[in-house]
Amino acid sequence: MWQWFHRLGSPPHFYRLSGAMIPWLGWCCLGLMLGGLYGGLVSAPPDYQQGESYRIIFIHVPSAWMSLFVYVVMAGAGAVGLIWRMKLADVIVASAAPIGAAFTFLALVTGSIWGKPMWGTWWVWDARLTSELILLFLYLGVISLRAAIEDPRSAGRACAVLALVGVVNIPIIHYSVEWWNTLHQGPTVTRFDAPAIHMSMLVPLLIMALAFKLYFLTNLLMRARCELLERERGSAWVNALVAESG
Amino acid sequence: MHWWPRVDSWAEFWYMGGYARYVWSAYAITLIVLGVSFAGPIFRRRRIYRMLQRRAASERGQR
Repeated sequence: MWQWFHRLGSPPHFYRLSGAMIPWLGWCCLGLMLGGLYGGLVSAPPDYQQGESYRIIFIHVPSAWMSLFVYVVMAGAGAVGLIWRMKLADVIVASAAPIGAAFTFLALVTGSIWGKPMWGTWWVWDARLTSELILLFLYLGVISLRAAIEDPRSAGRACAVLALVGVVNIPIIHYSVEWWNTLHQGPTVTRFDAPAIHMSMLVPLLIMALAFKLYFLTNLLMRARCELLERERGSAWVNALVAESG
Repeated sequence: MHWWPRVDSWAEFWYMGGYARYVWSAYAITLIVLGVSFAGPIFRRRRIYRMLQRRAASERGQR
């Protein structure tokens, strides 16, 4: 197990393995996304209260879930980097931040577009929306902190600390709809009893969620490979790769 | 659970029960953001490779 962990942590090994995985992950992601879009846009029946406008949830909910998931991955990688000084961990933090920011942005924008016809307003300062906006600022903070600090080592450490401090926001976002009276509705899918959503809507939603997760994984590996090439330039394995490519 | 299209025509599909501009703008923005985020590392990797190849060539030239 430890040996495997160490090998995965070695940049050339990671570079090769991720290069082999990316096409598979990418095509699976595309297939699931097309299937989920068909289910969500074409075959699922309209909602009895919201009509067709509810179809935005098939992208809104997976984006919102991923905005939290990516943050936990990023903070976890930050912790690994601080504790074990693993080079690859900081690469993951740097690569995850822009993807997380994109998902958070999408969750906010699609939610706002849905809110206009349903709530009658683009935006309210309720607990769920505000804490999600803070999440976007946390992602942007991690990105700009890295850009602002020149020494890559101290930049990595500062980003990891900021990411870890920001973790307190994650349970706040998740429970905001229960702790406060929010305009945002409570959870429909992740309830302990049966989910309050019909199967023909739930299945495409879960397919889209899986597709978004694969999208994140694919994009993360693609970005991590770029980071590795840049950080390890001049090393023997990068030189060998460049020589091979002619 | 049913997998058949719920609409009879393309026009009805695009109309989205009158919510077309909300639904389609949300989907369009998502497509654009995910597309840009996907293309970014592809171009970046090409750029890095070109830079490294140029550097390797100039080092060979010096020797």
